[in-house]
Amino acid sequence: MRGTVASLAAELAAGSVSAVELATEALALAQASPLNVFITLDPERTLAEARAADVLRAAGQAGPLAGIPFAQKDIFCAEGWRTTAGSKMLGNFVAPYDATVVVRGKAAGLVTIGRANMDEFAMGSTNENSAFGPVHNPWDITRVPGGSSGGSAAAVAAGIVPAATGTDTGGSIRQPAGFCGITGIKPTYGVVSRYGMIAYASSLDQGGPMARTAQDCAMLLNAMAGFDARDATSLPRDAEDYTRDLDRPLDGLRVGVPRGWLADGVSADVRAAVEAGIVQLETLGAKRVEVDLPHAQYAIAAYYVIAPAEASSNLSRYDGVRYGHRAADYADLAEMYARSRSEGFGAEVQRRILVGTYVLSAGYYDAYYLKAQQVRRRIADDFAAAFAQCDIIAGPIAPTVAYKLGEKTADPVQMYLGDVYTTLVNLAGLPALSLPCGFGEGGMPVGLQLIGGAFSEARLLNVAHRFQQATDHHLQTPGGAA
Amino acid sequence: MSLSADDVRKMARLSRLLISDADAAATLNALNNTLALVERMAAVDTRGVEPMAHAQDVALRLRPDAVTEADAREALMANAPAAERGLFLVPKVIE
Amino acid sequence: MSRPNGWEVVIGLETHVQLSTVSKIFSGASTAFGAEPNRQACAVDMALPGVLPVMNEGAVDRAIAFGLAIGAHVAPRSVFARKNYFYPDLPKGYQISQFEIPVVQGGTITIQVGEGDKAYAKQVELTRAHLEEDAGKSLHEDFHGMSGIDLNRAGTPLLEIVTEPVMTSSAEAVAYARALHALVMWIGICDGNMQEGSFRCDANVSVRRPGEPLGTRREIKNLNSFRFLQQAIDYEIRWQIEQIEDGHTIQQATVLFDPDSGETRMMRSKEDAHDYRYFPDPDLPLLVIEPARIERVKASLPELPAAMQARFAADFGLSAYDAAQLTSSLETARYFEAVVAAAGPAQAKPAANWVMGEVAARLNREETSIAASPVSSAQLAGVLARVADNTISNTIARKVFEALWNGEGESADAIIEAQGLKQVTDASAIEPIIDEVLAANPQSVAEFKAGKEKAFNALVGQVMKASRGKASPAQVNELLKKKLGA
Repeated sequence: MRGTVASLAAELAAGSVSAVELATEALALAQASPLNVFITLDPERTLAEARAADVLRAAGQAGPLAGIPFAQKDIFCAEGWRTTAGSKMLGNFVAPYDATVVVRGKAAGLVTIGRANMDEFAMGSTNENSAFGPVHNPWDITRVPGGSSGGSAAAVAAGIVPAATGTDTGGSIRQPAGFCGITGIKPTYGVVSRYGMIAYASSLDQGGPMARTAQDCAMLLNAMAGFDARDATSLPRDAEDYTRDLDRPLDGLRVGVPRGWLADGVSADVRAAVEAGIVQLETLGAKRVEVDLPHAQYAIAAYYVIAPAEASSNLSRYDGVRYGHRAADYADLAEMYARSRSEGFGAEVQRRILVGTYVLSAGYYDAYYLKAQQVRRRIADDFAAAFAQCDIIAGPIAPTVAYKLGEKTADPVQMYLGDVYTTLVNLAGLPALSLPCGFGEGGMPVGLQLIGGAFSEARLLNVAHRFQQATDHHLQTPGGAA
Repeated sequence: MSLSADDVRKMARLSRLLISDADAAATLNALNNTLALVERMAAVDTRGVEPMAHAQDVALRLRPDAVTEADAREALMANAPAAERGLFLVPKVIE
Repeated sequence: MSRPNGWEVVIGLETHVQLSTVSKIFSGASTAFGAEPNRQACAVDMALPGVLPVMNEGAVDRAIAFGLAIGAHVAPRSVFARKNYFYPDLPKGYQISQFEIPVVQGGTITIQVGEGDKAYAKQVELTRAHLEEDAGKSLHEDFHGMSGIDLNRAGTPLLEIVTEPVMTSSAEAVAYARALHALVMWIGICDGNMQEGSFRCDANVSVRRPGEPLGTRREIKNLNSFRFLQQAIDYEIRWQIEQIEDGHTIQQATVLFDPDSGETRMMRSKEDAHDYRYFPDPDLPLLVIEPARIERVKASLPELPAAMQARFAADFGLSAYDAAQLTSSLETARYFEAVVAAAGPAQAKPAANWVMGEVAARLNREETSIAASPVSSAQLAGVLARVADNTISNTIARKVFEALWNGEGESADAIIEAQGLKQVTDASAIEPIIDEVLAANPQSVAEFKAGKEKAFNALVGQVMKASRGKASPAQVNELLKKKLGA
């Protein structure tokens, strides 16, 4: 499908295309795609949504996003849709209610093309942990798309849909966006409601948009963001128009580059592309500043304590009692629990539950969980100090471009190490986005990460937008330029 | 800090998971590798540092005491693996 | 059961009090009792994927009210924590509770133990009280060998109130439970309905020989009547002592009381001590309680029993025991005060006696609450007034009260008038009756003159009978004494 959210929105507004036409085209692309992007398609439901959007437009009540087709990460509960979170545990779970993000999307008239594949319960960096098979990177189908929002990223990169929702707990929007050559933003913690977003790590999870351009992401973020009374961690702030500053000039923008981030920790091709991206920002008027994030190197250690700990508790509700997978054979309650959970959860989820249980258990809480929360505070303090010297921080998303399917599945920790540039942002609760800045080994996309202070989404999107006006990496597609 | 097979069994019991004998060694190995990664934190001086449990320093918002949810039993129980007469059924609970 | 020979008993109580909010602690579903299964369990209560808790202001205010009522410290910042364990009636696989920093810390409740000259007061120190959510219910009637889970109760707000281990007998434990029960109803935070599970006690019991360190305690769970509380503790004490005397050691355990057998027994499903893996709930930021909120709650509290008791003692000269009885419930206290307001402070003691005596007895017999008393405080005041001004005797007053209770008249005066109950105080009316009685009872006269005091009372009785109760007993006494030359 050609076009961005912005261009398609203009076409819809002009009446040159209808929501039903777009949805039909997207469904055909989805059904023909070999990438395994969707876990669930429900054409009837999709077309009903599309028809509703067209009705809204005919009545003159359509907002800017009405009729735009998108992929919904299979982590947002949507009434009447099978909602699996990429897991066999919820393989037959049809959500009886809408997540707030879903309610807002419906109100905006967005049309759900399908439920995007993902790493199970958002735990993973390659979408190889899905109970419904891995997703393939559209740029090279032998490679991973990134995770956990792999399906969402691939759907946009492959041109099946112009937009997708994702969630980011340790990098799960930014990294797949980087691996697939698209743009994605993780907002400040508390900006997008978590009600109805199946929980992985409650203090880190945030939902956000993924699309071809920063402008698209800004439009989508307008629909997704906002205070929600059903989420006690949702922040009561006035509504923001994230598109308001897109065209602001970048003169005088101070771009912080963390010391050591462009050294041996990244492959040469990533280093070159990210460096070029920063130079590009300088060309646009920005000033490079070296900053120090001394505790960044400890972020994955803290993350792999906090996230599994919270997950181990969040996933206790999957016990086969009220919904979800229940084992067929069991002698008693204890066996029902154990069999249902062991059959329903994949290996990585079980490993993280075990780690989480351990770090919270008696005698280990102080050494692990409490310690990790203290390290977290130091990381947050590092950012605060850095933002006294710069306006945004720029750096890589991941140490390499997307690697081959199966390359890092033997040792989970090898995969965890790839999260070194993303997890620290979640720990601090700050906003960050990923935009394409070039290509690397094998012609694979390279992502540039921009991190901002709390509630600086509009600024981040502005910087990315200006970058995209001056470059064309984001316009490249696996099949050629868009 | 290295886990033993017994530790893994204990954690599995606490989290209601079954680790088969076939998987036990691999699981133990993976967990120990993860804890080795986590061990890096030990190098950070955290004396006097306030743990950060929440991303923002906000206070818990209070909702007025009022009934806002109506009966939706059928819809909410539609995914129940076993239910009868409005109750979820589970193997007998002995106290 | 008083102190068993050569043994010291140590008891601490944990009480789960269901707070009287209309909605759940973390959701907007109703808490009304008696609904069909799972009709008051919303998505949050059922722990569906993706749901989140939202804090009920009413639960917080009720916790503050309790803290103020017991003179405790109300924490300006407190933390909600997850208590992790698996059970079918616990849908999330964890209970949201408070661990390290509870909302209420410290405080005391004064209890009255025993009766008559064995009665004594005791200050029970409380450790803490914290907010948490109730679990659902398991129904064990057979569903082809399965249990049925009803989540209506899941999410009902609880205040868990913990005492220091300072009670030394079942009598003290029951006295505390009663006082706590009365208090939470007094300040309006709980309906106190024990049959409906609004007030549940767990008792931690251990024994030791004097001078030895604390014994291992066993916890008796879910006692929902004062009688069971007393029986269970008594049994447990005897059992522990027997065990130790037989050479066994007490193992820490959680036990249930079986009312049919009167025994406590270990819960079968309990494994070795749970590791609850408490950690601060990431879905709930810090509970911050501003001084303004505390002031607001304070202003809305009724005068507390202790203050009222002190006032009754000071203003009306009532004994501590009487004051405690009159403040056994807010309704009783208000009734008593209304009687005194109408009849005047000089009638405080008679009013007290009537409320604690006649009124209480009738209400008990007919299982009526004082709020539904057929005799209003104004009506009772009327009765007291007529005794005070000698219109009727105390004996006749009981007749008037009975008539009021049965609805035979609108007021004491109306009944006295209608039934001609005015007492006779005129000496010239009484003396002839006395003369007749003396003449008719020479035996008694002789016995009296011989020194038998009882004979005097017999004669008084005869005079009262002859006057059909209408003669003023005081007058009869005085005149009879004169006539007998005593």
